[in-house]
Amino acid sequence: MALHPRAASVPAGTPTKITQGSQTRGGIGESTLRPDGTLKVTGEFAYSSDMWHEDMLWGHTLRSTVAHAEIRSIDIGEALATPGVYAVLTYDDLPAEMKNYGLEIQDTPVLAHGKVRHHGEPVALVAADHPETARRAAAKIRIDYAELPLVTDEESATAPDAILVHEGRTDHHIGHVPHPNIVHRQPIVRGDADAAAARADVIVTGDYVFGMQDQAFLGPESGLAVPSEDGGVELYVATQWLHSDLRQIAPVLGLPEDKVRMTLSGVGGAFGGREDLSMQIHACLLALRTGKPVKMVYNRFESFFGHVHRHPAKLHYEHGATKDGKLTHMKCRIVLDGGAYASASPAVVGNASSLAVGPYVVEDVDIEAIALYSNNPPCGAMRGFGAVQACFAYEAQMDKLAAALDMDPVELRQLNAMEQGTLLPTGQPVDSPAPVAELLRRVKARPLPPEQQWLSADAEGSSVDVRALPGGLSNTTHGEGVVRGVGYAVGLKNVGFSEGFDDYSTARVRMEVINGEPVATVHTAMAEVGQGGVTVHAQIARTELGVNQVTIHPADTQVGSAGSTSASRQTYVTGGAVKNSCEAVREQVLEIGRRKFGTYHPAWATAELLLEGGKVVTDGGEVLAPLADVLEGEAVDVELEWRHRPTEAFDLRTGQGNGHVQYSFAAHRAVVEVDTELGLVKVIELACAQDVGKALNPLSVVGQIQGGTTQGLGVAVMEEIIVDPKTAKVRNPSFTDYLIPTILDTPTIPVDVLELADDHAPYGLRGIGEAPTLSSTPAVLAAIRNATGLELNRTPVRPEHITGT
Amino acid sequence: MDFLRPASWEEALAAKAEHPTAVPIAGGTDVMVEINFDHRRPEYLMDLNRIGELSEWQVGPDAVRLGASVPYSAVMEHLRAELPGLALASHTVASPQIRNRGGVGGNLGTASPAGDAHPALLAAGAEVEAASVRGTRMIPIDDFYTGVKRNALAPDELIRAVHIKKADGPQQYSKVGTRNAMVIAVCAFGLALHPETRTVRTGIGSAAPTPVRAREAEEFLNAALEEGGFWESGKIITPSVAKQFAQLAAGACNPIDDVRGTAAYRRHAVGIMARRTLGWTWEQYRGAGRTLEGAA
Repeated sequence: MALHPRAASVPAGTPTKITQGSQTRGGIGESTLRPDGTLKVTGEFAYSSDMWHEDMLWGHTLRSTVAHAEIRSIDIGEALATPGVYAVLTYDDLPAEMKNYGLEIQDTPVLAHGKVRHHGEPVALVAADHPETARRAAAKIRIDYAELPLVTDEESATAPDAILVHEGRTDHHIGHVPHPNIVHRQPIVRGDADAAAARADVIVTGDYVFGMQDQAFLGPESGLAVPSEDGGVELYVATQWLHSDLRQIAPVLGLPEDKVRMTLSGVGGAFGGREDLSMQIHACLLALRTGKPVKMVYNRFESFFGHVHRHPAKLHYEHGATKDGKLTHMKCRIVLDGGAYASASPAVVGNASSLAVGPYVVEDVDIEAIALYSNNPPCGAMRGFGAVQACFAYEAQMDKLAAALDMDPVELRQLNAMEQGTLLPTGQPVDSPAPVAELLRRVKARPLPPEQQWLSADAEGSSVDVRALPGGLSNTTHGEGVVRGVGYAVGLKNVGFSEGFDDYSTARVRMEVINGEPVATVHTAMAEVGQGGVTVHAQIARTELGVNQVTIHPADTQVGSAGSTSASRQTYVTGGAVKNSCEAVREQVLEIGRRKFGTYHPAWATAELLLEGGKVVTDGGEVLAPLADVLEGEAVDVELEWRHRPTEAFDLRTGQGNGHVQYSFAAHRAVVEVDTELGLVKVIELACAQDVGKALNPLSVVGQIQGGTTQGLGVAVMEEIIVDPKTAKVRNPSFTDYLIPTILDTPTIPVDVLELADDHAPYGLRGIGEAPTLSSTPAVLAAIRNATGLELNRTPVRPEHITGT
Repeated sequence: MDFLRPASWEEALAAKAEHPTAVPIAGGTDVMVEINFDHRRPEYLMDLNRIGELSEWQVGPDAVRLGASVPYSAVMEHLRAELPGLALASHTVASPQIRNRGGVGGNLGTASPAGDAHPALLAAGAEVEAASVRGTRMIPIDDFYTGVKRNALAPDELIRAVHIKKADGPQQYSKVGTRNAMVIAVCAFGLALHPETRTVRTGIGSAAPTPVRAREAEEFLNAALEEGGFWESGKIITPSVAKQFAQLAAGACNPIDDVRGTAAYRRHAVGIMARRTLGWTWEQYRGAGRTLEGAA
C-alpha cells in the first residue's frame, strides 16, 4: 500500500477541525477565523510544493525554446544515459489513444507532437533521483527545430496566406468562425445601433489595448503522483477543480477515472491560473512509467510558462448619447488573443461580448468579440474573465463621453445606470437588485484624502515622507511635478458558469456524536485556493445544524464534483450544496428524534423544529432534546448534488439568450498622485463599494474586495507579460521584471459593503471575488488621465506613456 | 561544484590564487539568483562568511573603510551621517531581507550597471581595496567599472573593503523603478556636493554599459558655481544653470531599450533626477533643507 505523502506540518489528507467556543455560534454572518490563516502567516502551512514521499523521484519538463516550429527530431539518448535518470518521455511514450487535453476543446498536446506552437511548450519529461539531475539531463535532450512563420495578432492570423495554428479543426466552434485561426466568435445584436446613432448628439470612439496579465499566484505549480498497486495512481495536487482535472487526466493515462484518485494539496493562490492542467498528467506518466512516486515543482521562471494568462485585448468602442446624456447606442469589437491553445477562450469571448456594455442601459447595441489562435502564450481564465478587458474600455468611454457632453462623469454613469429589471444586450432581464447608481454615490460621497500627505510640519520645519509620494523609497520626488488625479469606474460581472453549462456542486454532510458531542463533517471536492471556502462551509453547517464542532474533510475525488473555484461561484454553488445537504441531514435527524422521542412531547409532531446550540428546539424556543441524545448510536450521512437555475447558450448569430446566473457589481474611486515629469504613479486611495447580497463572513468579504482591487491596480500601473512581437517569446518571466504591487504600492482601500439580497441565491448572497478586479483598473486609469490630461488608451500605463518618451 | 570555506582572509586569498575561477559569495543575493537561473555554474564557490572582518567598518578621519560584506541595512542604520548618499541608495535596494544579506562588495563584484550602490560611490568618491597573495592595491572607483558586468579585478583578487570619502556636504540619490519599492533600477542618479573642494560629483546607474559619472555636467556646474560665487553666497542656483546641468547629465547616458524601459525615457529621467537632486542638495547646503522621513 502506498504511503501517504508527508509534509512539513499539516499534510494533504489531514482533516481540518474548526471548533468555536460555546459563546460564539460561528454561523453565517460572523467573521469566524479561517483555519489556514495562522498557519499561512507563520509559514507553517504545507503547500503542495512541500510534499515528500519516501523513495520519490523528481520530474522535470523540457520546454520549447522557440514559439512556432516543426520538430524534426528529438534525441534523448544522452539524457537517458545520465546516472540518476529513471525515465525520459516524449510524445511517442504516451500510453493511450487520447494524447491531448483541454478544458473545452481537447487541442493541447500532453507533449508536443511534430510541432510546437508557443514558447515554453512541454516537449519531453525527465524523472531523476534529484531535481538538478533531472534538469541537467533535460538539457542534454537534443531537439531539431525548423522554425515556422508566426501568428502574433489579428492581422497575421487572418491574412489570406496565414499559416494555421491548428490544422484540421473539428471542434464545435469551427462551423461559425470566419477563419480557422479564430477560436470562437460571438456577436450580440439588439435593436438597431446604426439607426440609433442618428439620434445621437454626441458620438465618441476609442481604441483600447489591454496588456497580458499574469495570475502571479505565489505557490508555483506542484504535486506528487504515487503509483498504486491496482495499476492506478494517486495524485496530490494544487488545482482549482479536481474533477475537471480528473476528466482530462484519466483518458490520457488510459485509466478509468476511479483509478486516478486525486486529493487537493495546499494551494498557494490560483486566480484562474490553475483551471488548466500543468504538471498533473506529466507527473502521473512518470510515476506510472517508473513505478515510483514522482514530485514536480515548477520554479518561478517555469511557472510563467506553466499556466495560461489573462487574454490581452484590443477593443474598439463607439458610444453615442443625446445632449442630456442618455446613451443612444453602443458598438464595439473586442479582439482577444487566446494564444496557441483554446483553454477557456470560448467562455472568455462569451463574457466579454455579453458584458461589453457594462452596467448601463443601452437599447441598441452591436457587439462582436473574437478570440484568436496565435503563437503567443496560451491565455485563459483569470479573475474577471473577459469582463475585465471590456470594463477597462467602456469605462474609459464613459469618461470620454462625459467630457464631450461637459457632464460630471459620475452623473453620466448614474443617469444611464442599470437597475433591477433592465435587459442586458442578450435580452436577459436583471432579476435581482442592481444598485449601480447607489454604489457610485457611495464612493463619490467619501471625503477625499488630504492633499500633500507627504508633508508634515514639526518643530524643526517641514519634512517629507517619500513613502507617500510616487517613487516611494526610490526618492525621486519631494513633491516636484506631482499632480493629483481622481477617477471613477463601475463594473458588471457574471457569477457562476454561464451559457447553459451544468454548473452543479456536490456536498456530503455527516452528522454523528463523538465523545458525547454532536459533530458535523462536511466533505466536498471544492478547491480551497485561499478564498476562504472552508471557513464558510463550517459556518453554513453550524447555522443549519446547530452544532459547534464542524470537521472539514480534505477535498478529494471520493466525493462528487464541486465545480471550479472560479467565476466567483464557490460560496454560491458549493455553499448552496452544503446548505442543501445540511437541510437534508436536518430532516433525517428530526425523523430520528421523532422516532425516538416523539411520544414524549407533542411538539415533535406539531411544531416547526430547528437545530440550535446542540439541541432540537421548537420555533418557539422550547428545547425538545439534545442532539447528542437524538444521534446516540446513529449517524446521518447525505451526499447530494445541487444546482442553481439553469442558463441558456447565446444565439450564435444574435447573442440572445438567458446566459447568466447572477451578477456582481462594484464601483471604485481612485485617488492618485502622478509625478508628471517622471511618469511615476502612487495610488493613494482606492475606495470601493460593492453589493455582496449577504456577507457570510464579513472579514473575508472585505479581504476579497481588497485583494481584487489590488490585482486590478497591478494591471493598471505595472503588471504585464511582455511578448516580443518578432519572436513571440516571453521577455520577462520572473518576478524581477514581472512586477506585482508591494505594500508601498497598495493604497488605503476603504470598503463599503451593501447587502441587497438576491432572492434566487442561498442566503441571498452574491459571488464577490471578481467584481472589484474589474472597476479598479479603469478607476486608476481615469485618475491618471485626470491628473495628466493624457488620453492613455492602454493598460498598464508605463512611465514612457506619461512622459511621451 | 566545489564549495570553499576559508576560515581567514589569508586562506581566502590563497584559495583564490589556487582557483582563480572561484566565485566569492557572501550575502548571495546576486550569485544565488544567477545559480538558480542556471546562468552560471561556477567550478568553485568561495564562502566568505567565516571571515568576520568583512562585515566590519571603520570610520577614519577622511573616509569610511567599509568591509565588503557589510550589509546595506547596517549602512542605513549606522552610517547615515558619514555616507548619506550610500545610505539613501541602500534604502532602494530590494527588500529588508535582501538588505540584511547583501552588501556593497557584492555590488562591486557583480559590477552590473543596475547595481544600486554604484552612483552613490561615484558621487562620493571611493577606492576599492583589492587584495591577492601578491599584495593589496587601491583601485579608484572611476577606474573600477570596465564593461558590462566587468570590473578591474585581476582573476586572483578579492574585494576586501571599499574606502568611501566621508561626506563633506549634502548628498542625494534617486532611482527610477516602475514600482514604489523592491525594484531594479530603470535608471538612477547620485549627486554629492563637496564644499571642501568646491566640486560636485555625480553617478549614473543603468543608463550606460557601466556606471558612469556625468563628467561634462560636473565640469559645467563646477565652473558655473565658481564663477557665480555660489559656494560663498549660498544663493539659489539659477534655473538656467540647473537646466543645463540636467541636459548634460542626460547627455552622459548611453542607454538601451530593454524590458524595463526605453533609452529615451532613461535619458529623460536622468535629466529630471539630476535637476531635482541638485536642487535638494543645494537647498540643504544653503541651510534650508528639509529632512526626509522614511528615506534616510
